[in-house]
Amino acid sequence: MTVAAATRRRRRHLSPVVWLFLLVPAAVELGLVFWPAINSFYLSLTRWNGLGAPEQVGLANYRELFSDGVFREALGNNVIWAVGFGGLSVAGGLALAVALNKPRRGVGIYRSAIYLPMVFSLAVTGLFWRVQYQPDGTVNTLLGAVGLRSLERQWLADPRTALYAVLVAAVWRQVGYVMVLYLAGLKGTDPSLDDASAVDGAGPWQRFRYVTWPQLRGVNTVVFAVTVIDSLRTFDIVWAMTQGGPYHSSELLSTYMFQQGFTFLNLGYASAIAVVIFALALLFIITYLVRTLKEEVA
Amino acid sequence: MSGAPAAVDAPAPPAASPSASHDRRRVRREGWLFHAVMAPLTLLWVAPMVFVVLISVRSFDDIAARGTAALPDSFTLDGFRTAFGEGSMGAALWTSVQVTVPAVILSLLLSSMAAFALSRYAIPGRRAILLVMLAGNLLPPQILLIPVSRITESLGIYDTLAGLVAIHVGFGLGFYTFVLHGFMRSIPGEVTEAARIDGAGAFAVYARIVMPLCRPSLAALGALATTWIFNDLIWAITVLRTQAKFPVTAALLNLQGGYVSSWNVVAAASIMAAVPTAVVFFAFQRHFVSGLLMGSTK
Repeated sequence: MTVAAATRRRRRHLSPVVWLFLLVPAAVELGLVFWPAINSFYLSLTRWNGLGAPEQVGLANYRELFSDGVFREALGNNVIWAVGFGGLSVAGGLALAVALNKPRRGVGIYRSAIYLPMVFSLAVTGLFWRVQYQPDGTVNTLLGAVGLRSLERQWLADPRTALYAVLVAAVWRQVGYVMVLYLAGLKGTDPSLDDASAVDGAGPWQRFRYVTWPQLRGVNTVVFAVTVIDSLRTFDIVWAMTQGGPYHSSELLSTYMFQQGFTFLNLGYASAIAVVIFALALLFIITYLVRTLKEEVA
Repeated sequence: MSGAPAAVDAPAPPAASPSASHDRRRVRREGWLFHAVMAPLTLLWVAPMVFVVLISVRSFDDIAARGTAALPDSFTLDGFRTAFGEGSMGAALWTSVQVTVPAVILSLLLSSMAAFALSRYAIPGRRAILLVMLAGNLLPPQILLIPVSRITESLGIYDTLAGLVAIHVGFGLGFYTFVLHGFMRSIPGEVTEAARIDGAGAFAVYARIVMPLCRPSLAALGALATTWIFNDLIWAITVLRTQAKFPVTAALLNLQGGYVSSWNVVAAASIMAAVPTAVVFFAFQRHFVSGLLMGSTK
């Protein structure tokens, strides 16, 4: 029997072991991910405190969301978060990747120091920074030392600064991750193009803008999708630093959802918030999957 | 979990080719500038970690008298002692081990089975199945939280470590399967075909040929999954209610509530939560970084 014939025969009769190999993991994911996700859609159309049967209320929860000031604030904060968190960590990560791309003395140490925070949990990162933001902590002391005493404040207790103070901590952790992604992207670029344009007299900025940047398109898509998905998921670090306070000033959709669901037991309303988060993430999930699919075909 | 996974192509780095035209003196001047920018930046980056370490070994009185930003005037391990015992970080670390080890092993086992079936056999619609599984991992956890806590309740695993392990496995499966699929697909068909002709069944091919060849990607995924699961907060506080059962991150936030102004204890506890992942990171640094970049299918 030839190999080709064997292959053809195997196509028709997949052994039960193979099916088992696929079906067991698929069933686990179906039961613990997809089934709960579908349930959330159903729950978002009900009013339920966890006891007895959920009461059908149609779209009432969503209508309520529209007039809920805290929800709107959380949504606005989420936009600020996505732009700030995404913008700063991409700018920082890309700049550092370009600076630390070429092998030279000390690069290894710099790289490790910058991506070390990435291994800490967001909760640990949050506590690390809570310490720095204390009234007598390093941030205020540093400001005092450089003559900016007027800027000193209770960073996490001040509604005007709480969100941004948390944002700084989150960016501190994320920059290393983005840098690693871009370093890999830069390794995939063609160094001879860079050399050729240097010979032609292009300056460093021109070389980056017109030679390197276009070659990073694939990485950009991934970084963009990952950052937006991440920023919609953000929960731990806010929970560890402010729990959304003071006065909801650092509330994000995820923390508001958790509070509604697990503190106040408004399970239907919390599910509606979760569905909104899903809807916002969907576009970026699809972006990511489409790119993955393209690569599969390529 | 650290966030959404990223798939980036990471081809082998091209050998660095120092172009001969470079003027040595210019290189040296640029090198000086490079370090003048990078060294302070790196110091700034590690400063928050350094201060947390310094605070953790200071005495309560020293911190109360001189503030959190001062350099130590005392050295004591009281903070660590309190955090480990009274603060129950010791017990929490053990809990985290009990959750992380089975969750990582089960995740890799189940995902490698699915990846094997999908990559080596002509299962109808296999690409769609793979993408749907990956999509499950990209869902925002918020949409799963309430139903998951209900489902674990009805399965009788609410508030048990088994429940926490189950949801970690279920939620991570899609991504691990996707990455391992990419790797298994790159194993030449002849390797497994030869074994099949010799009469090896699907299980034997999986266990004796494919899995040993996958060791590098299993190590990378294992390192990544370990830090994700160890660092998790949101699933732990969703599935567990009894504080005595909390893993490290959840216990850390609890402790912080109980030791509000004892910054030495809080700092010591956050270091205890950070060290295990940092050790995994340094021990598997190369694997870890390649793990972050995995998903490349070329």
